[in-house]
Amino acid sequence: MAWRLKLVPEVTNFNFFRWQWFTFGGSIALMVVALVAWAFMGLNFGIDFKGGTTLRTESTTAVDVGGYRQALNALDVGDVSITEVFDPSFRDNQHVAQIRIGAQDGYEAVTPETLDKVQTALVAFDPALKVVSVESVGPKVSAELVWTSILAVMATSAGVLVYIWLRFEWQFALGGVLALLHDMLITIGIFAVFQWKFDLTIVAALLTILGYSINDTVVVFDRLRENLVKYKTMPLRDVMNLSVNETLSRTIMTSGTTLMALAAMLIWGGDVIRGFSLAIFIGVILGTYSSVYVAKNIVLLIGLDRSEKPKGGKGTPSEYANIDA
Amino acid sequence: MLQIPLWKRLIIVGLCALGIIIAVPNLFYTKVEMHNDAVAAVTAAKGVATPEQTAAEAAWPSWLPSGLVNLGLDLRGGAHLLAEVHVADVYASRIDAMWPLVRDALRDVRDAAGSVRRQPSVPGVLRVAISNPAGMDAALTAVKALATPVVSLTGVGQNDIDVTAEGDEIVVQLSEAERVATDSRTIQQSLEIIRRRVDAAGTREPTIQRQGEDRILIQVPGIGSASELKKLIGTTAKLTFNPVVGRTTDAGAAPGPRNLLLPAMGEDGQFYIVEQTPVVTGEDLTDAQPAFDQNNRPAVSFRFNPAGGRLFGDYTANNIGSPFAIVLDNEVISAPVIQSHIAGGSGIITGNFSVEESTNLAVLLRAGALPAEMTFLEERTVGPELGQDSIDAGKVAAVIAIVIVGLYMLASYGLFGMFANLALAINIALIFAILTMIGGTLTLPGIAGIVLTIGMAVDANVLVYERIREELKTAKGPARAIEIGYERAMSAIIDANVTTLITAAALFFFGAGPVRGFAVVLGIGIVTSVFSAIFVTRLFISIWFGWRRPKTIEL
Repeated sequence: MAWRLKLVPEVTNFNFFRWQWFTFGGSIALMVVALVAWAFMGLNFGIDFKGGTTLRTESTTAVDVGGYRQALNALDVGDVSITEVFDPSFRDNQHVAQIRIGAQDGYEAVTPETLDKVQTALVAFDPALKVVSVESVGPKVSAELVWTSILAVMATSAGVLVYIWLRFEWQFALGGVLALLHDMLITIGIFAVFQWKFDLTIVAALLTILGYSINDTVVVFDRLRENLVKYKTMPLRDVMNLSVNETLSRTIMTSGTTLMALAAMLIWGGDVIRGFSLAIFIGVILGTYSSVYVAKNIVLLIGLDRSEKPKGGKGTPSEYANIDA
Repeated sequence: MLQIPLWKRLIIVGLCALGIIIAVPNLFYTKVEMHNDAVAAVTAAKGVATPEQTAAEAAWPSWLPSGLVNLGLDLRGGAHLLAEVHVADVYASRIDAMWPLVRDALRDVRDAAGSVRRQPSVPGVLRVAISNPAGMDAALTAVKALATPVVSLTGVGQNDIDVTAEGDEIVVQLSEAERVATDSRTIQQSLEIIRRRVDAAGTREPTIQRQGEDRILIQVPGIGSASELKKLIGTTAKLTFNPVVGRTTDAGAAPGPRNLLLPAMGEDGQFYIVEQTPVVTGEDLTDAQPAFDQNNRPAVSFRFNPAGGRLFGDYTANNIGSPFAIVLDNEVISAPVIQSHIAGGSGIITGNFSVEESTNLAVLLRAGALPAEMTFLEERTVGPELGQDSIDAGKVAAVIAIVIVGLYMLASYGLFGMFANLALAINIALIFAILTMIGGTLTLPGIAGIVLTIGMAVDANVLVYERIREELKTAKGPARAIEIGYERAMSAIIDANVTTLITAAALFFFGAGPVRGFAVVLGIGIVTSVFSAIFVTRLFISIWFGWRRPKTIEL
């Protein structure tokens, strides 16, 4: 037998329910923490959702946050926040800063005059400075973007719910969707706790997490469906354990390759896309966890009707024995 | 199952080969792009080529495909603007134009309605008081006769104006159907004029499209900044020639009825009082070019169409010695004194221009005035350096991701891992091929999507391989195990990927710009990864199996 890298032994027999109250309770506690953090600390919304303007500056001389601030304070452009950006991919003499200006009263996007003023003031302070990108979103659009984002998350969840319901049982659909809400909520909570910037790309990341999480869960469910037919008299809990154990190698393998690819993006992909990569990275870890520890527990909690009934699912000649979970 | 019919093999191999051939130009992006530009330039110049163009053309063989993936603004650099057109502005000018007609119509029924007076009202609504309210019916009938039916799909049977009576006043405003039709026309005109202005500035492949009810999205790659773009398209460029009544330094001066108080451009505190009704407007211009006046200062020369030329000629002939104002967007550019009769309908506008300003003004005048004002709701500018940095970083990340995932697959599944890796490489080529063919745009999140796909694409293979491993344990023989492995893994593969596809679809419909680029890549990646796992990898395994006929397989 040639050597193979095996992170998971051939046959595993973990009891994934042994710590179920700890893991499940932990998940619920984390969700509560996430909600509290979201409610009380709030999200550090980017201009996509709050309106305003961000400038990205690049210079060959070191960033002087205090100096920039002084240069801009004289302009009367309202709230200014300046952060220096670090990234391993920067050249030695590449110094990047992110400057954020609040929405100007009475205007939608930033006016060319304001922008000229800001640019002139910065260049006067540091002649080597260049403005490499400007983004400006008016309050009207940002309010709409908030709604579109909420709508997108809801529509996607609903679509997934319906699909799983059609392909499996409603309990699976509910379990799967609750599991992915768990993943998204905790990711949002982490962004709230660390006050990382939350913008449109993070919403896209959340939707991607949603897709990944459900993908993982569905694989477990698929095996569960198959085993329910195979082991008609085995208690539901044991069938679930068996199914998770059988798919464990695949779960770890796929999460592994995905996380590796994402880690590469996180480290070398540049700072512009880092928030996005980070959100997906966190989400994939949570998604893997929730497909093993959350989704099926919910199905177990609700209970499955394993009595005989015609169900159009593929490969399920409905011959379930009548056994309670 | 392991035996794949020849025709199927041919189709699979053919699709992969086609994908790779279409994707290849993207590896030599700059070279191919220069080649394409040169070919386009030479075709436009009817076959006349400069030596540089010939060299650029020769750098890429013309018998190879030369389609490329579009790079999004965040990668190429450029400006993005979302503008809202104030469509209601047009209602006001339409209704104002109704006033002389209404007055004339009411003059005909003077016996019944008495004298008429225009009353102040909000823009877009015309209020006319009649001195004899008893004749209201006759007055209404007369005004209603001015209405014309709206020609549109939804507004069948409706007139363009609503005429109602309120006390002794007749109220005229645009009907709902006419407003809808007007909005649509205003947006169309704005789109057309913006397109002309942007084209005149000569940038590559701008995107100018309507969004929603009253918005226009403008994306121009390669332009320095959104401010530059805004100056070009945000100017209404409404040019009029008005008779000058007087000059003042009092900003609060009352201009008098049917006159306007307008500031002078470039002279703070100077104001002109001009007649509201222009002699000629920019709509009668046929051409405008940057030029220099006799003192060699930048200026703009213009030419009127015959109708405009006659009006202009008559006016100048009758008003020698008095000044007239050249007004652009409610600012007086200059107010020269008419020296002589200007026949022939051409002239020159002088002012305090720089060369650049005069060039811009000429472009704006040539393209015509925007029908309504615009507000910019959103703007994004990405410098080309930042875009290039993002591309470089994305490339590095993607290569590293491929190497790590490839090694991991190889270590986990040996030869079968190698098959999966080959399929992964083909998968990436297919993503680029499809993006190229559908004219998709690659954005920075799109690159992240490719990297994510690299990680997730092996999933279908992993599902199959793990299943084969399980089946091997029950010792059915390798051929049977592979067969069953594919069969049983299929439902999981389908379910898992359909759900992800639902997400990609949602991202596409709700997302905008870069996010949409991500959704496209994710969606394509799902389809190609399923194809490469189910067909390509299986083809490899089938060929290998038929060649080696192993008694046992190691997985």
